[in-house]
Amino acid sequence: MDSNGTLGQLNINSSLYQTRLSAKFKKRKPYQPADPRIIFSFIPGTILDIFIEVGAEVKKGDIMMILDAMKMKNKLICNMDGKVKSIAVKKGERVSKGDVLLILE
Amino acid sequence: MALNKKIIELQEKREKVLLGGGEQAIEKQKAMGKRTARERIMSLLDDNSFNEYDLFVEHDARDFDMDKKTLASDGVIIGSGTIYGAPVAIFAQDFTVAGGSLGLMHSRKITKIMDHALKMRMPLIGINDSGGARIQEGVNSLAGYGEIFFRNTLSSGVIPQISVILGPCAGGAVYSPALTDFVFVVDNISKMFITGPEVIKTVLGEEISMEALGGARVHSEVTGNAHFFAKSENECFDQIKKLITFIPWNNGQKARMLEPGEPKPEYNIDKIVPEDPTLPYDVKDVIRAIVDNSDFFEIMELYAKNLVIGFGRMGGRTVGFVANQPLEMAGVLDVDSSDKAARFIRYCDAFNVPIITLVDLPGYLPGVDQEHAGVIRHGAKVLYAYCEATVPKLTVILRKAYGGGYIAMSSRHLRADFVFAWPSAEIAVMGPEGAANIIFRKEISSASDPDKMRKQKVEEYKLKFANPYVAASKGYVDAVIEPFETRKFLMHSIEVSGNKVIAMPHKKHGIPPQ
Repeated sequence: MDSNGTLGQLNINSSLYQTRLSAKFKKRKPYQPADPRIIFSFIPGTILDIFIEVGAEVKKGDIMMILDAMKMKNKLICNMDGKVKSIAVKKGERVSKGDVLLILE
Repeated sequence: MALNKKIIELQEKREKVLLGGGEQAIEKQKAMGKRTARERIMSLLDDNSFNEYDLFVEHDARDFDMDKKTLASDGVIIGSGTIYGAPVAIFAQDFTVAGGSLGLMHSRKITKIMDHALKMRMPLIGINDSGGARIQEGVNSLAGYGEIFFRNTLSSGVIPQISVILGPCAGGAVYSPALTDFVFVVDNISKMFITGPEVIKTVLGEEISMEALGGARVHSEVTGNAHFFAKSENECFDQIKKLITFIPWNNGQKARMLEPGEPKPEYNIDKIVPEDPTLPYDVKDVIRAIVDNSDFFEIMELYAKNLVIGFGRMGGRTVGFVANQPLEMAGVLDVDSSDKAARFIRYCDAFNVPIITLVDLPGYLPGVDQEHAGVIRHGAKVLYAYCEATVPKLTVILRKAYGGGYIAMSSRHLRADFVFAWPSAEIAVMGPEGAANIIFRKEISSASDPDKMRKQKVEEYKLKFANPYVAASKGYVDAVIEPFETRKFLMHSIEVSGNKVIAMPHKKHGIPPQ
């Protein structure tokens, strides 16, 4: 039943232990701090409307896009004052969870 | 005689219904590598022990041409029988009849046998093999599921409830197994998910096969929804039969006692644990070195392997084991293993099974993913479960027991009844290497040869604290024993704790960690 019979090493509190490592542990993504200027889709859906364009000034609270998902029209609300650096999607485009939608600066 | 004619009439009626969905549907079932519902019941139960109820139940739905459909026994078989002499109530959905779909009468049959099992205080086994709700029966199907879930919850902790997934079990239906004690899955046959691949594809654009989404392996290795994995239905039934022999028939009894038997001599308890605390060993070998006949029945073998749970017998009596596994992930505690341990502890507590805990862990697994996944609240579940349990709790500290891990693994402070330690035990607030970094940081950094100072400090700490004697001097450990004495001490502890009486403050129930 076992797929990972080889021993690896695990550092717990400065001690290095010889042990098998789990598949989940080996697959884990190391933590990357989030860049608030990169806006990801938080849910899979379709871009219904885009209210901004590249170079436009945006303020915190502005509605930037409408994302149609789970039978709701979700508003993408700007979280900081800034300018639109680039837009990665088009009106009508299908997006997956985690897809980059736009980047601010 | 007039009665002869009547008997023949009954037999003819029976014949018709026993065919289920008919020869063609049965062929399709076989082609998928699946047995029929009836065959499964006969394989699982003792020969000639099955009494069937509600064979002639029919649906009375009218919408969507249902009045033109005759569904044999409304797609589910219910009854009671025995497994190795233990009484069990059982239902098995019949996939050959309307895809085993659940309509009102189908659900009424299931709730009937569930009520029966609870009333008679006997284990309930549910064989799930169904396409889901019978759409034609609309809200009646939803009502049916709701009634089943309620009874699963009502019976939880009163009678053992076992779910066997021998086909699809999807959408709402899959909550019934989730509410039961143990879920059995079979490779390539079991399928469990809330939303299936077709919906996921259309709505989300994610492509995944049924097997990769919710097959037996996924639930045994990744999700933790399944407790037993088998490669065939036969293997699955053997596992179920074995489980039944370990557990009581209800929460008012203890499990049946069997003839005691010595562990097999091939497991030499003195030779298993290496002296170097950073080297691994298989803790299951330690368990097999102390249980009757070295017979250890592991549960959730493929999930959170860094912690081992399962049943064994000591002197003929069922005990539950919780053990850190140094062979996997250094035996750390983490999110998944905490969940695995906590629920099993609560199961043993509900059904009067003493708990033996074997301790050898370096601490908790560090990492942002663990912290963000809530290792705090998951880890707390283990503490809660041990404190709450009033069954006899026996602990053997084999090797490392540092910091929070020492407390969490059934320490005296969580009201373990007997705590023993091997001479190799290291019971300390942290390991020697970690101590060097924290306690002696100043001495090391200000030394002329920091490396030499560090080595010296690690050695000093090892000598003074990495042993069981400091804890023993405070009575935190009841005895320091040699490995070969372990079985003797445990057997005696279990014997004298047979009538343990302990009072918890009266409450409706606590609020376990999230």
